Amino acid sequence: MGLTAQSVKIDAMKDVFDIVKTDSQHVIALAGNPNTGKSTVFNYLTGLKQHTGNWPGKTVVSARGEYSYNDEEYIVVDLPGSYSLFTSSKDEEVSRDFICYGDYEAIVVVADATCLERNLNLVFQISEITNKVILCINLIDEAKKKNIAIDKEGLERELNVPVVLTAARSGIGMDELKNLIEKITFNSEKRKPAIITYDDYIKSEINDILPHLEDLNISNIRWTALRLIDSNTDIFSINKEGHLTVSQAKKIKEELNINTDTIKLREMIAEHNYNYANELKQKYVTEDTKKIKRDKKIDDIITSKVLGLPIMLLLLGLVFWITIQGANIPSQMLARLLFGIQDKLSSLFVQWEVPMILHNILLDGIYRTLAWVVSVMLPPMAIFFPLFTFLEDLGYLPRIAFNLDHMFKKACAHGKQCLTMCMGFGCNAAGVIGCRIIDSPRERVIAILTNNFVPCNGRFPTIIVISSAFFAVYSNAYVNSLIPALFITLMVLFGIIVTLLVSYILSKTLLKGVPSTFTLELPPYRVPKIGRLLYTSIIDRTIFVLSRAVIIAAPAGAITWIFANIYVGDLSILSHVANFLDPIAKTIGLDGIILMAFIMGIPANEIVLPVLLMAYLSTGTLTDFESVDHLRTILINNGWTPLTALNVMLFSLLHWPCSTALWTIKKETGSIKWTLLSFFIPTAIAFAVCFITASLYRLIL
Amino acid sequence: MKALTDAHVGEVVKVRKNTAQDSLKERLLALGLTNGADIEILRKGPKNNLTVYNIRGAMIALRGEEARLIEIY
Ligand SMILES: Nc1nc2c(ncn2[C@@H]2O[C@H](COP(=O)(O)OP(=O)(O)OP(=O)(O)O)[C@@H](O)[C@H]2O)c(=O)[nH]1
Ligand SMILES: [Mg+2]
Repeated sequence: MGLTAQSVKIDAMKDVFDIVKTDSQHVIALAGNPNTGKSTVFNYLTGLKQHTGNWPGKTVVSARGEYSYNDEEYIVVDLPGSYSLFTSSKDEEVSRDFICYGDYEAIVVVADATCLERNLNLVFQISEITNKVILCINLIDEAKKKNIAIDKEGLERELNVPVVLTAARSGIGMDELKNLIEKITFNSEKRKPAIITYDDYIKSEINDILPHLEDLNISNIRWTALRLIDSNTDIFSINKEGHLTVSQAKKIKEELNINTDTIKLREMIAEHNYNYANELKQKYVTEDTKKIKRDKKIDDIITSKVLGLPIMLLLLGLVFWITIQGANIPSQMLARLLFGIQDKLSSLFVQWEVPMILHNILLDGIYRTLAWVVSVMLPPMAIFFPLFTFLEDLGYLPRIAFNLDHMFKKACAHGKQCLTMCMGFGCNAAGVIGCRIIDSPRERVIAILTNNFVPCNGRFPTIIVISSAFFAVYSNAYVNSLIPALFITLMVLFGIIVTLLVSYILSKTLLKGVPSTFTLELPPYRVPKIGRLLYTSIIDRTIFVLSRAVIIAAPAGAITWIFANIYVGDLSILSHVANFLDPIAKTIGLDGIILMAFIMGIPANEIVLPVLLMAYLSTGTLTDFESVDHLRTILINNGWTPLTALNVMLFSLLHWPCSTALWTIKKETGSIKWTLLSFFIPTAIAFAVCFITASLYRLIL
Repeated sequence: MKALTDAHVGEVVKVRKNTAQDSLKERLLALGLTNGADIEILRKGPKNNLTVYNIRGAMIALRGEEARLIEIY
């Protein structure tokens, strides 16, 4: 899930290609297959908190961090995972360009110890490009659990690259890794990685080309020759000193009359690589097949044809139920604490003879709203985010994609759209960037345009709070959270249905086409580290979202309070605005103030609830928050009906994306048209759906 | 001619020919679906379309549309 203090900073979305550095700093690249722990290694080395998660495609934009070791400074670049240097989704291109043409002094290939055969393919490919390779065989703890033993010395000898066995999550082997990085950087360990020997046909093809490359001042002529026969000339489009240019490549191809069947050659080369990888695995890896069956047993249930979907819904409902049930008491305790402080502050203000108007704005305006926001939003978030992260780290998300694939296929959408939606659960802007894992442009745009229909961090608390305030039954302590949990589950489900429908309609109209090809890796289940999980989800996510809400809500609260208390004619400014919006709002079952709160929430959805509360609290009688029940009273006093609550949730789920998301969509699609559509489609749907529910409600009652 | 889609759950089969084209072929090759590779069929998903295979030690799910392009012995 991508929303962190780092990822929201605008420059975090830029890929690093030309690394800005001082002369004394050394650039280290982290490459490898998806989901092998590159970001975890990165975090360990740099102390940063790049997001990690147990599914391939978590990182789609490269990140940069720094560390020092033995008084030398290093810059580490965390690359998106890639299976090979020749595959073609956007995130993989970033890695390919950096691996082939970046200025690094060492490259650490992070490999998965439990799946070495597949991982070696990339190791071979990178060894053909550079001598500065370190093989970091990670997840060694998982390998141990599965009784997989790896002969490190044997591999080192055979590959002729330094090898280190690590468990990055617990820091095992990381000192040795730092040491190796230093050695490779300062050339104190000079090696020439063993490279694949190809068969005579390929050899003779290369040998014909090599002489023609020799005078061109190219750093790696063997690699260049190979790419001349197995790639089209696009691979040379980087235009960098020491590398062949596209025009040079075209010229050579023409002169030598190279018209090999590139894909055929690529196939031969891949076969060589994989045969060798298999050979190495037979020689240096011993495994116990019984233990590997564990995942299979779990998957028999989780991804079973019959049980897969019900289990998914049940899990979702359970997560919400725990969230609501668990948030109740902490909410009350927080409220008691915060409003206690308010009383103290109030008497202090009186003692210090603070002017009444300031007293009102600061305490009744800003502080009271913030106290409300913290009391109602913090506990559910602090429970929900760790639970969700737990499922993510476990490896459950790709299984959801697996279970829902046939529906996405029907909607003519990409199977990985489901994964981008899971990212959107964190932050829609991150979800939109996450769409880079989809390589077909048509389906990528569909995924981008519909990402908004999964509620992000900023909207989830609103939905949770409203449904627990309004739809709980107070007669029984355990049942009371069941209905809200059910409501939220239905909301999420409805969001998925809307996503599928909109995807389908787009596929039949603006973005015509058939589903493109799709491969999905299901990672092994990994037991999450609870300490780390709590840390990332509470510090990184909960506190971050809350502070965003507080920071924007404070001035918004002050403004709302002032508007609520400045009168123009008979009415406060707030009432004027609300009255102006009221007619439209009423037709869709909301009121003017709610609509105003949603409009003010364009910069950040987190503040919708604060603004709403502020508006109600500053006009009506001021009450302290005592329990969620209290919130309900306030809402009812302001004319809320079950329809209002339902429509606020629906509107929140469906309405326009926040400005950050829109800006990201513009950047990712590079098109005003798609950006505008990504605003108007959700808006139209939100209005339409709320209009329908409002009309039905009126018909029935 | 047998395709990967014809194999049953639990079987281990050998790839004879990968007839996919362009970027799909590239991707399948990258995953290790090369001629002669051993593939175990692990599980069929909803609607029997998406199927999970053990390819080179990793669990990879492919739709019928893609798996059909892999000929096996
Ligand atoms: N048990 C164990 N789990 C690990 C270790 N290193 C990483 N993980 C877990 O493996 C998962 C993947 O880690 P990431 O660091 O996100 O992997 P990545 O290579 O950056 O993945 P992409 O960005 O998708 O390419 C996460 O859930 C990590 O917590 C390790 O040494 N041991
Ligand atoms: Mg990563």
